[in-house]
Amino acid sequence: MTDLRDLYQEVILDHNKSPHNYREMADATRLALGNNPLCGDKLKLYVRIEGDRIADVAFQGSGCAISKASASIMTDSVKGKSLAEAETLYGKFHDLLTGPPDVKADGAGLGKLAVFSGVRQFPARVKCATLAWHTLETILKGQEAIASTE
Amino acid sequence: MSAVTKTAPEARAHTYDVERIRAEFPILSRSVYGKPLIYLDNANTTQKPRVVIDAIRRYYEEENANIHRGTHWLSEKATEAYEGAREKVARFLGATSPKEIVFTRGTTEAINLVASSFSRDFLNAGDEILITGLEHHSNIVPWQLACERTGAKLVVVPITDEGEVPVDEFEKRLTPRTKLAAVSHVSNALGTVNPVKTFIALAHARKVPVLVDGAQAAPHLPLDVKDLGCDFYAISGHKIYGPTGIGALYGTEAWLEKLPPYQGGGDMISSVTFEKTTYNAVPWKFEAGTANIAGGIGLGVAVNWLSGVGLAAVAAHEHDLLVHGIRKLSAIPGLTIVGRAKEKAAVISFVLENVHPHDIGTILDREGIAIRTGHHCAQPVMDRFGLPATARASFGLYNTRAEVDALATAIEKVREVFG
Repeated sequence: MTDLRDLYQEVILDHNKSPHNYREMADATRLALGNNPLCGDKLKLYVRIEGDRIADVAFQGSGCAISKASASIMTDSVKGKSLAEAETLYGKFHDLLTGPPDVKADGAGLGKLAVFSGVRQFPARVKCATLAWHTLETILKGQEAIASTE
Repeated sequence: MSAVTKTAPEARAHTYDVERIRAEFPILSRSVYGKPLIYLDNANTTQKPRVVIDAIRRYYEEENANIHRGTHWLSEKATEAYEGAREKVARFLGATSPKEIVFTRGTTEAINLVASSFSRDFLNAGDEILITGLEHHSNIVPWQLACERTGAKLVVVPITDEGEVPVDEFEKRLTPRTKLAAVSHVSNALGTVNPVKTFIALAHARKVPVLVDGAQAAPHLPLDVKDLGCDFYAISGHKIYGPTGIGALYGTEAWLEKLPPYQGGGDMISSVTFEKTTYNAVPWKFEAGTANIAGGIGLGVAVNWLSGVGLAAVAAHEHDLLVHGIRKLSAIPGLTIVGRAKEKAAVISFVLENVHPHDIGTILDREGIAIRTGHHCAQPVMDRFGLPATARASFGLYNTRAEVDALATAIEKVREVFG
């Protein structure tokens, strides 16, 4: 059970139950779809970019607790950040998840995202935690997968 | 007293010694995260008894050589063993001749073989291929590819809320344009046992040949392709306690003679010139390249072993687990079983309120319990029920009631974690 509590921390379970920024966004400037065909997770990510800032971000979709909580906390974390700051945060988050399972993760500079430090002990679940971020990445990189909502 | 002696021999004959069977599977004695392994992912792949593992090792240690080619002693031994395995598979399926058995990589390749060869000579624009809403991706996509190539149309028989394919819905969709029907014998996602014998009779009355995807049926039911009357029957070795990477296609000799080859290469020819190649006789016409010889031999041993246990006894044991499992799981608050067909193999697909199947899978895994979560390579089935995924426990001949109880207890733990 101890391992499981590392993964399913209270904060994660709370965000799973009542995700933040879980809504459609009428004035989004960017929309991206995330899809994890292995487990059937689907995510719709809305972003309103103003200048080089993420003015607003929201999501909808279905997925496991990890992917839902990750999307929820991600939206909290990147809202108001510049695109470059969001990119840096993604890099740090990625390192947190993919570090060696036997080394205790260092969540420095990650704020609330540090609750995902237990995920690295569950390699099969890393993709769940990164789905929202991969989706955001397609928006940050301005890749083709992005559909404009207008 | 006399009544006891009368019934005793019969009772003994029906005794299914699950512990003795378990002892034949080396992997079942291992632990996972410090807990005894409880393997409930049998519809995905089954574990292997020692006889199968030993047969593969023995082949490589004592008989390894290429088949059908050498004049040397080892090659003869290997050929004998491989062709002997074909006979065993033929017997297992109730075929009349080993010529009706083509070795493939598995069910997927067997279906691809038929879809590819059949569509080359017997499928045209405007024709229809009939499948059901229960199919695994491997009995959907090969037909979609065949339809794309030829301009034929894929027609799907819808399923009910219970996860059954109604016979009248099937019959309704058999039209003069239907050129082949491809149906699963047992659904991998829900466990539904389809009335394939009825489907085959209805199709044959309209001269429509039928392919049966038997991947999930072969480990659970006594099979007799001649009794079913199907034209093709596909199985996978790894789902019937045999090796991965080997399976078989049963085809009537008439159809196998008529179909053009699937892949070209060595072993499938009788002579090759740059102008003209003549093909080998069936079934070798469909077996290009060096075969999975060890796999074939392992499969032969597996089907004999399974027949030795007795599929009627296996079916009875697994049915007991199914009934017990449905009873235990139905009692868990918030748990819904998906697929409630009257005829079911030992598969329980379920969802738990407010908990995603993936999370169920992770928590069960830490309890040493292996199940599958996801869409089970049957996305249209999931869509039919409006679910992105389910959790699926599937039982094999070595599972016990105690393991089913452990599953129920672990699901309670899932509910605890998720409050």
